[in-house]
Amino acid sequence: MIRPHRTHPLWFAYMLHRLSGLGLALFLPVHLYVLAMALTRPASLDRFLAFADNPIVKLAEFGLVFLLAVHLFGGLRLLALEFLPWSGRQKSAAAAALAGAFLVSGSFLLRAV
Amino acid sequence: MYFHNPLKNDRCAVSEEDILEVSVWRGTGDTGEYETFQVPARESQTVLDVVTWIQQQIDPSLSYRYACRVGMCGSCAMMVNGEPRWTCRTHVKKVTRDGALQIGPLRNLPTIKDLAADMDPFFDKWIAAGGVHTPSRSRAEPIAEVSPEDPGRVEANKGIECINCSVCYAACDTVANTPDYLGPAALQRAWTLYNDSKVEDRQAVLDAVSKNNGCHNCHTQGSCTQYCPNELDPLSAIAGLKRASAKSFLFKSKEDRQ
Repeated sequence: MIRPHRTHPLWFAYMLHRLSGLGLALFLPVHLYVLAMALTRPASLDRFLAFADNPIVKLAEFGLVFLLAVHLFGGLRLLALEFLPWSGRQKSAAAAALAGAFLVSGSFLLRAV
Repeated sequence: MYFHNPLKNDRCAVSEEDILEVSVWRGTGDTGEYETFQVPARESQTVLDVVTWIQQQIDPSLSYRYACRVGMCGSCAMMVNGEPRWTCRTHVKKVTRDGALQIGPLRNLPTIKDLAADMDPFFDKWIAAGGVHTPSRSRAEPIAEVSPEDPGRVEANKGIECINCSVCYAACDTVANTPDYLGPAALQRAWTLYNDSKVEDRQAVLDAVSKNNGCHNCHTQGSCTQYCPNELDPLSAIAGLKRASAKSFLFKSKEDRQ
């Protein structure tokens, strides 16, 4: 259970940024491994790409695009917080980062299906 | 001698059913456990009233700290149902869950006994963050005039109402994970001094908070601002220090910074 003092928007934004970063860090080696197949084992890559057309994989890719977008927008939010003149709208900025991530990943999913 | 005790006043007495289940941390140092007390619920009572009632009516050995009871002195902060609060200005009705209250000593500080936390680390960090005022003029010289509209003064004004209650310090997970981190209150104090034109060496203040365990350790969780009972914004102060520190690092020569 999340401890009571953590249940506020900016703490959730912090945790989402950490978890999305962790998820992307775990994804990256797998991503590079699959790309490397293009040079070493083209037939395996083709099989993998055929498997990636599976709707379940598309759904997983939606999650991946969401992680990427939320980490990107969250990072921009932190850069703005630390380097631009202070704005009191930090919760709105965190909400906007989340909304932007859903917009990007949702558009990806609609195009994919 | 007669002391007026609103909790004993018959006019605000309520039925027997209105009982609060209050579990209070009891123990010395690192060891202890929660002890449950039954306290009469009143129409209007603060968490500090509840603690005082237990100490006066049930167990005189209960240790806790308070002074002004009106949100000025900053000495009565405790953890209430897992959240740091100034207990003298926290109404019981707003924080009870199913008629129950859990009251503990402030998080992130050593406990002396029961609800009294050892504030030494908190104030030591004030000093470490350059929090001692070093004036730029002696008393023999005329007072330096500071315009209330001066941008630095406007910025400093936002942070000077801090009452040192340590609520932000107890709310901060960075303090919990990095015990040497200066913490929001000390950093906000440093930010007010950095913006104070009467301080002799403001670069020294910035250098003190730019080191390890200083402003750059902040993870921007914002719990300090979320819980500050005076509605101050330590998060913006720390962001200001980060900005000033980065600017100083990038655009000032080494000699200027020394």
